Amino acid sequence: MLSRLADSLYWMSRYLERADNITRLIDVNVNLMLDSPLEEDNEQWSPLVTTLGDEEDFKARYNNEATRENVIKFLFSDKQNPNSVYSCLQKARENARTMRESISNEMWEQINSFYHMVQTYAHKPLDDDDLYSLCRRVRQAGHLLVGITDQTMAHGEAWSFIRLGRMFERADKTARILDVKYFILLPKVEDVGTPYDSILWTALLKSAGAAEMYRKKHNLIHPDKVAEFLMLDREFTRSMRFCLIHAEESLHFITGTPRDTHSNAAERQLGRLRSELDYANIHEIIKSGMHEYLDNFEAKLNLAGDALFATLLAIQPVPGFPVIKRNEQ
Amino acid sequence: MAPVLLSNEPMNFDQYQTDGFYDELFEAPGKPRPCAALLIEKLRAMGWDSIERQQKFAEAELLEMGITFTVYGAQEGTEKIFPFDILPRIVSAAEWQRIEKGLEQRIKALNLFIDDIYHDQKILKDKVIPREMIDSSAGYRIQCKGLKVPKGIWIHVTGTDLVRNNDGNFYVLEDNLRCPSGVSYVLENRDVLKRTLPKVFQNMKIRPVDDYPHRLLNTLQNLAPEGVQNPRVVVLTPGSYNSAYFEHAFLAQQMGAELVEGRDLAVIDGYVMMRTTKGFERVDVIYRRIDDDFLDPTVFREDSQLGVPGLMDVYRKGRVALANAPGAGVADDKAIYTYVPAIIKYYLSEEPILPNVPSYVCWEPAQRQHVLENLDKLVVKAVNQSGGYGMLVGPHASQEERDKFKDLINANPRDYIAQPTLSLSRVPVIVDDHLEGRHVDLRPYVLYGKGIYVMPGGLTRVALKKGSLVVNSSQGGGSKDTWVLSEPGKKKS
Repeated sequence: MLSRLADSLYWMSRYLERADNITRLIDVNVNLMLDSPLEEDNEQWSPLVTTLGDEEDFKARYNNEATRENVIKFLFSDKQNPNSVYSCLQKARENARTMRESISNEMWEQINSFYHMVQTYAHKPLDDDDLYSLCRRVRQAGHLLVGITDQTMAHGEAWSFIRLGRMFERADKTARILDVKYFILLPKVEDVGTPYDSILWTALLKSAGAAEMYRKKHNLIHPDKVAEFLMLDREFTRSMRFCLIHAEESLHFITGTPRDTHSNAAERQLGRLRSELDYANIHEIIKSGMHEYLDNFEAKLNLAGDALFATLLAIQPVPGFPVIKRNEQ
Repeated sequence: MAPVLLSNEPMNFDQYQTDGFYDELFEAPGKPRPCAALLIEKLRAMGWDSIERQQKFAEAELLEMGITFTVYGAQEGTEKIFPFDILPRIVSAAEWQRIEKGLEQRIKALNLFIDDIYHDQKILKDKVIPREMIDSSAGYRIQCKGLKVPKGIWIHVTGTDLVRNNDGNFYVLEDNLRCPSGVSYVLENRDVLKRTLPKVFQNMKIRPVDDYPHRLLNTLQNLAPEGVQNPRVVVLTPGSYNSAYFEHAFLAQQMGAELVEGRDLAVIDGYVMMRTTKGFERVDVIYRRIDDDFLDPTVFREDSQLGVPGLMDVYRKGRVALANAPGAGVADDKAIYTYVPAIIKYYLSEEPILPNVPSYVCWEPAQRQHVLENLDKLVVKAVNQSGGYGMLVGPHASQEERDKFKDLINANPRDYIAQPTLSLSRVPVIVDDHLEGRHVDLRPYVLYGKGIYVMPGGLTRVALKKGSLVVNSSQGGGSKDTWVLSEPGKKKS
């Protein structure tokens, strides 16, 4: 497959997954704030911006006023924010447009109508009713697209790049969501163990789309269990470990290298990170510091992403032959 | 079955006026042509409300399918749906047979002409065409002199513009021999119309067009260098910001070919290679949708970022094939166009089956004089421009515009031809809640491989502005599905 195409497939998929995660974050926070004992003008919206790592841009352009309205605008419809839902859809569609012949018609039509749907919301002020239906529709459109992708594309190289992108992005976002809960959403000491704390943890599970699955497995909300579920569960589709297992599977399908061996830096980095999670213990992690662990995980995931680019998406340039311009992370 | 007229239905077909123009569907107001009789009967039975509803449905489908084009000169990234009218245009079997024969003849002659121009130049030596016309042609590429193209074919894909005048005859308006676009709209229009008017479609004996991508692939594979088993065909596009990008992607997808940009290709060890996730892989045939000038910066325009350095050298050695061959544009210069009837006679010793639109070459002093004196009656065209740009429609132009063209012609007479303002045929188009006549042309697509194949159909472009004669999509034109019937339209018994 063309390297340029592989790059586009991978990034299209990451942007779509990103849009989905951002929407979940908005949705859950809206709900959370409705349950919160805080006054309206004290609502907690800045953690969302922090989670996504775009604090500086936000501070500069919104006077650091993390109001509900500003944050939602920034995260959803702000064209200048490269990671807003609107920007993600636009970039996903642009990537799809440059490789229309490689994805199925059904996928293109769905990406296209997904984009048009987000675009209509992005051009008007959002009231609360809109917000609810918007989040619902974005999630549904995203699910539909994943389903269409799985059903209409051969599960070969192109599809594997799409899954690789989705799994990388999802692992990164789950780590960030967890990180934020631990260090910013963390309520005052006296709240720990109260019903309010349980609400917060449930909200966290919801933003990772994990509430129902968690309940099925563990019933009671317990912080350690929640963290373990989101990080180390082997079967839950948004856990960091699950994402890495499947990312690795896709990568090995693409390269043809047997599992449990490696023939390039991407396979080595990803395999090492996956096996760390395989043998990790949640109590050790909490003891040695959750934030440090997650921070470290994100850094290693980035390294694996860089290795992936160097290995598969870029080829040693021929003299007089331009290097492929890469999508921005 | 007698037409059912609902009481609340305005009888739109009966109110429809042909206004003295040749109408493709109606002989006279209320009287369909024989080939359209069954269509009109079925549409009447459908009722106006469902026609309007289906028109909206078709538009929604097109937006959903992302069938858009980019408008140059407009705001960055402006995408528009190519307007589509669901009422089809019909061409009878007998008329089509003549068009088919005429195009086969024309393409064959033009191909011989191009080959002659880059080799012996017999036609110039025999003074059928003045040598100056070739030397001054913007489509002539001296770099192609002596080029041996695979199987002697230069123009593998062409899209000839035809118009029908008030006299009921088809005329050739332009030969598009370089990278004619629009065929994807033909295929998508048909696809949408089958979904929109499935009942109307039944029993109409419409000739299918869906096998075009398959035939295009065959045509391209036919060019592969000798001995290559499963030739790799790629479509070379300038990129996703090109106005015809949708089509490039569409054709690549339908053929199962890779869609590549210049930056995906490189010449390595004497072959054209594309860079893949598994390293470099050889390319055998390039269906290029970029102009000659941009193909290879070491041979044509140095500043080209779109092409592949060294490509022409590989091509000359027969290690990669290009469709269409570079240099083919010499024959679709609008001034050379005026010589095509002579070209047909010269190479084939036959009378042209499809006539040209009578044209004045401004390069000839007497003809120029006539043009300058009759600017208010003529259409003036710049010979090296397309897409409806660089054009003066005399009767509709202001005095200022005419004066401007007078100066332009005097300054560069070789660059202009003029034609009488044709009274283009019309078809009914849905306008709000009724039908109005709009002018159309017809662009059938022709493939030249092992034989010559004329696609039974083509792009019917409609000038949507009332009274307008310009059908180009960049100038507000739309399109219709074109039905070529496989036998004379009969009423169901």
